[in-house]
Order: sequence, then C-alpha cells, then structure tokens
Amino acid sequence: MTVSDTFFQAFLAIRAQILRASLIVLAMSIGIASVTILTALGESARSYIVNEFQSLGTNLVIVLPGRTETTGGQPPLFGETPRDLTLDDANALLRSRYIAAIAPINIGSAPVSALGLERETTILGSTASLRRVRHLSLAEGRFLPEIESEKSLPVCVIGQTIKNQIFIQQKALGQWLRINDRRFRVIGVLASEGESIGVDFDEIVVIPVASAQALFNTESLFRILVEAKSKSAMYKAVTDIGKIIKARHEGEQDITIITQDSVIGAFDEILTALTLTVASIAGISLAVAGVLVMNVMLVSVAQRTSEIGLLKALGASERQLIELFLAEAAMLCLAGAVLGVLVGQFSISFLQILYPEFPLSIPGWALLAALLVSLTTGLIFGVLPARKAAKLDPVLALAKR
Amino acid sequence: MIQLKDIYRDFQVGDQTVRALDNINLNISQGEYISVMGPSGSGKSTLLNIIALLDHPTSGQYLFNRQDVTKLDDNALAKIRRENIGFVFQFFHLIPRLTAAENIEIPMILAGINRQERQQRVMQAVASVGLSDRAKHLPEQLSGGQRQRVAIARATIMRPAILLADEPTGNLDSHSGIEIIELLETLNKQGMLLIIITHDHHLGKRAQRQIHIVDGKINFEK
Repeated sequence: MTVSDTFFQAFLAIRAQILRASLIVLAMSIGIASVTILTALGESARSYIVNEFQSLGTNLVIVLPGRTETTGGQPPLFGETPRDLTLDDANALLRSRYIAAIAPINIGSAPVSALGLERETTILGSTASLRRVRHLSLAEGRFLPEIESEKSLPVCVIGQTIKNQIFIQQKALGQWLRINDRRFRVIGVLASEGESIGVDFDEIVVIPVASAQALFNTESLFRILVEAKSKSAMYKAVTDIGKIIKARHEGEQDITIITQDSVIGAFDEILTALTLTVASIAGISLAVAGVLVMNVMLVSVAQRTSEIGLLKALGASERQLIELFLAEAAMLCLAGAVLGVLVGQFSISFLQILYPEFPLSIPGWALLAALLVSLTTGLIFGVLPARKAAKLDPVLALAKR
Repeated sequence: MIQLKDIYRDFQVGDQTVRALDNINLNISQGEYISVMGPSGSGKSTLLNIIALLDHPTSGQYLFNRQDVTKLDDNALAKIRRENIGFVFQFFHLIPRLTAAENIEIPMILAGINRQERQQRVMQAVASVGLSDRAKHLPEQLSGGQRQRVAIARATIMRPAILLADEPTGNLDSHSGIEIIELLETLNKQGMLLIIITHDHHLGKRAQRQIHIVDGKINFEK
C-alpha cells in the first residue's frame, strides 16, 4: 500500500463521518490555539521587558550605596550605610581602565514653577555623561554642559510632560524654571521616550549634580551609573569598582553592584519559566484533545469491525491496518493543529489591534511545536485503537455485520 | 494445491471445549469445483476459514502449494491471501462509503499496485460482471444481486487461484442466486479453484465434488 493510498483511504473514512471528525478537529484546535496564544503572550512579555532593560544603556553597571549580605534579597534602594556614596567616590571610579563613562545620580522631589504654574516633580542631578550612559536624546536645545561635577550651574533640561504642563504652548528654551527657591535656565528639552523602567524621563527635570546636592542639602548619591568599555570589560569593571570603593571606604565594600546583564538574565529566566508554565497548563487541553482522539478512533474501530475483518480477508497485514488508522488519527490532529494555529494567529492579531503598543507575535518555534505536539498526541493516542483494529480476529470481525 | 492432514479445531465456549473440526483430511487440486454442505454448526464455515488462512487449526498440518502455512506469521499469511485467495460472502461485505469501483479496487491498493493499472483493471472487472453503468454507485444504491457481482469482481481482481464463497446466494432471491452461481461457474471454467459453502442441496449438486460435513467430520464425498 503506498503512502498516498493510505492517506486517501483514511481521508475517505474521515469524510464518511464528517460531524464526528469536525468535533475532534475543534477540540484539537482549541488546545493548539490556547497553547499558541499563551506562548505568544508570555514570549511577548519577555521580549518587552528585556528590551526595556536593554534600552537603559549598553554594558551598564549600576552602583548602589549599602550592601545586603544575605543573598536573594532586593538591593537596598536607599543607602542604609554610615558611609554615603559621594561625588569623589564616583570620580574615583574613572581610574579603572575598563570604565568608559560614569554618571553620578542624585534624585529628589521638589516643586517646579514658571510663569505662575507650579507642580511637584522628580529632580535628577547628574552630569553630561548621563546622556551617553542612559542613551537619552534631545528634542531641542542641548544637554548639561561638560563641566567638573563639583561645579554647580543654574541650568536644567526638562522632560516633555513638564514642558507641556509648565510652558503651555510656549517656547521653553531659555526660560527660567524655579525649583524650590532657586532659578534654573532651561537649556534643553528631552525627546519623549515613554515609560521606561524605573524613571519616566518625560516627567523629570535634570540639573547638574552639584546643584542637586545643594538643592537637597545632601552629599550622598542615589546611585552611580557606569558604562563599561565593552561587554567583556563589564565584569572586570565590577571588580575594579569593588576595589576602588573598598579602598575609599576604610576597607569595607559597602555597595551593591548590579550589572545590566544580570538583571536582564534574571528577568529573561523568570519570564521564560513563566511562559513555559503557562504553555504547559494550556498543554493539558492538548492531552484532553488526545484522549478525545483516542475515543473517536476507538468508536471508529468498533463501528468498522466487519470492514477490518474484510480488509484482513482481502490480504491487509496488521501493519497496513495500523498505518490506516494512524493516518486517520494524524490527519484529524493535523487539521486541528492548522485550524488551531489559524485561530491563534487571528486572536493575536485581534489583541494587537486592541493593544498596539505591546509587541505581540507568535514565535516560530511555538508554531512548529504546536504542529509537532498535536501530531505526536494524535499518533500516541491513535496507536491503541489502531493496534486494537489490527489485532482483531478476522473470523469474528467478519461475523459481525 | 491444498492438503489438509489430521486437522482439528477446538473452540473454548465458557469452560466447555467444542470441537468444530474433527480429523479432517482433504486434498484439493487446482481448478476443482467443490461444494461443502452440511447443517448449521456442522463446521463448514470453520473449514472454509482455515482453508482461507483466516483461522488456525488447533492441530494438524496444512500445506498450501506444498508449503506448511501453520507456522507462518501474520504478514506472510496476509500476502498469501492477497495473492491467492478471493472471497465471496453471504452478506457481501462491501464498504458502504465506497463506490462499487472503489470497493473492487481495495485488494489492489493493499497490494500496492499503481493507480493507472488499478483504474484499468477495475474497468475490465466491472465490465466482466456486467456492471459498467453502475461503477460509480454506492452499495446501498445496488440490488442484492448487483452487490454480490461487485463482491465477485473484488474477489477476482487479483486473479487468485482460489475462489472461496460462503453461502454466496444465501441472501439473494432464487433468480439472482442462479445468476451468481453461473457467474462463479464461469470463473471456475477459466481455471479458478471454486469452493462453495451452501445449505442448498440443489446448488450443491452442481459441483463435481461434493463434501458433506456433519459434527466436524467429513460424512461422505461424491
């Protein structure tokens, strides 16, 4: 019996029971559709978050004051150490030859006002390097000037939202902006980059770090952003940072160092695990569909007992009968898989229309896996009925009309 | 061609053993026309099933073309059936979802014959049983006599040496019954070994060799 004959005969058998076949295809397609949709959602969430972290900067190392000795805990967000991280500490880091740039960061909240309008917002003190380290782009004007970090200067760069709210339909460049009781001249407006992890740069005012220290009356830094020279230099930079700070902090390495890689890696792992978990739960529906396939095939064998007896009498071997019934199960499952993938693709497109900013797509491997899994399910659950058919005693089978 | 030596066939029914065939010895040569007669439950169908290699004897030797077939595996038996034996049943056993032509085609599909040759041979077979205009009909659209003709066309499509018919007229009116018997006899005259099982002594007497079975034993032979 040739392969095409096997499939054609199986197709004729399926066609003879179109209602039952379509129900089984439906069950299989629901399973496949849920697996593909959930995988797509999980995978998209993963790539979304990983992209967010990648857009923070390149070869980024973040230095936080304070150190938790236990593993697994969150790094302290605010220094809980007697020794603050200072501007001198930050500048000392530049001695490492693996470090390309540093941006000390000081953060606080203060009322900003201009032209009679006032709102509370986040003030970020930093240096000119912040632009490079955080990949910031400007809509107009320029960023903080390259000056010594200890020097304070009454200039500021504002985010899009601040510009729109304080300088309504007016030119912001060159205007005075009052922060607390100090005046800063607006020298630049940041390009809108939307919500990014941690800080919303649209709602921020950037001023020189020394000015921020004066404004908030504190010497300590919120954190230091470090850009390593290359990916391979990143880990050497981490060691250097540890050494330099230790030397400056009386032999204690009371800082926490986070590399961008480790953060991305952690999120990547968590979300991949989440995707797989969700997909496996959806996979249960595939197993259910598999049992349904087996049920339908068993009914099919029982109904066609005399036909099986006849085929044996006409010279069909056990192998040929197994092939016939497996082909039938495989075709049902493949039809279910194709329909399921179409339904999945359709639903994803629909979701994409609802949430255009979220990058949704079914990964190629998921499509392939869906097809393979359904086929495997069909074959595994089809084997039992097919063997049952092949093992039928032809004499008894023929006696049944 | 067929040699049965000391064939016994026992069935287990509950805790009782029923002997369906009791020491059968039979030699059948090519081209014979044999009728097997006997009352219900005498073992004639069991004998046919054993000759057809569908059933295995409990003990005894069965030589098919001088080859001992009692020890062959399923695949080998299927091949012998496919190439040497044609079946005609009392209840036709046509597959209801397939047309007459497609039913006739099945043995060739199982044998792996290519599509073109199949089409050609089906056309010839349909014509030879006088059903050219009914080839595309489903079994339910055919009369009993026509269905049995389709079954005969299917049984002979592989040009087997042996044609086994189990009550071929049992489900037909006497007129189509005679037609079917005449068709089978024509095939016998072309050299096919024909074994017919029947209740009907009238039909049975037409065969050159008549075997009567009672209680699993060959009662007498003519």
